[in-house]
Amino acid sequence: MSTTFIILALVTLLSASAAMSLRNLVHCALSLVVTFGGLAALYLQLHAEFVGFAQVLVYVGAVAILIVFAILLTRGGDSSKEPILAPGWIAGIAVSTIVFVALGWAVLTSTAIPKQTPAAPEITVKNIGDALMTKYVLPLEVIGLLLTAAMIGAVIIAMRDEKEVK
Amino acid sequence: MTPLQSYLLLSALLFAIGLAGAVTRRNAIVALIGIELMLNAANLNFIAFWRFGPNPEALTGVMFVIFSIGIAAAEAAVGLALIIAIYRHYKTVNLDEVRGLKG
Repeated sequence: MSTTFIILALVTLLSASAAMSLRNLVHCALSLVVTFGGLAALYLQLHAEFVGFAQVLVYVGAVAILIVFAILLTRGGDSSKEPILAPGWIAGIAVSTIVFVALGWAVLTSTAIPKQTPAAPEITVKNIGDALMTKYVLPLEVIGLLLTAAMIGAVIIAMRDEKEVK
Repeated sequence: MTPLQSYLLLSALLFAIGLAGAVTRRNAIVALIGIELMLNAANLNFIAFWRFGPNPEALTGVMFVIFSIGIAAAEAAVGLALIIAIYRHYKTVNLDEVRGLKG
């Protein structure tokens, strides 16, 4: 475990906890941006440069802006006096702790995990483009169709209902 | 502890944090943020297994994560549009108060 990994992991985990526990929603969104940035840096450290830059473009660029817009559009009725946690939150914390313990136990006791670190793969954007245009061309088209459908659907769902406007 | 195990533990912790937030917070937007965190934890797992796996030239992990990021973007757009529609109807995004099935 290198120092870089420890620093990045701490930044990612602390900002993720902050995003889940802060009261102000704008602060949650900003912590989420830090989490996504830390994950992008982890991807770069794992020699997946294209995925790291895609993470920055899609999550830090688009999804975070979308969340901030949704927070601003739904701001009206929030009062800061209300509790932020749902009733029965102890059960939720317990369930997630159990999930983490089970996953961690499986990771630490598994014998299928390779012990040695292989050499860093030489992956260029050209390789990824070649693979996307040859072997993975059908999934690429399906993703394009899905994104179009999701965009149209999001616009229609969020469109103002004419009957409610009086 | 091998590097792969540390990455997997980090991903498991991130998943648990996202799950706790998605289950316990009352605000719908924060629940959606928790779901995004869980998706990102899964992506980190894919990249870690690809990097430390036996055949990284096959690009499988990278491709899966690229498509997963695309699907997550579509999910976020539709989810936030749903939250805005719910807010317009119920005048709240508090998940405890949104429980009417009809109108």
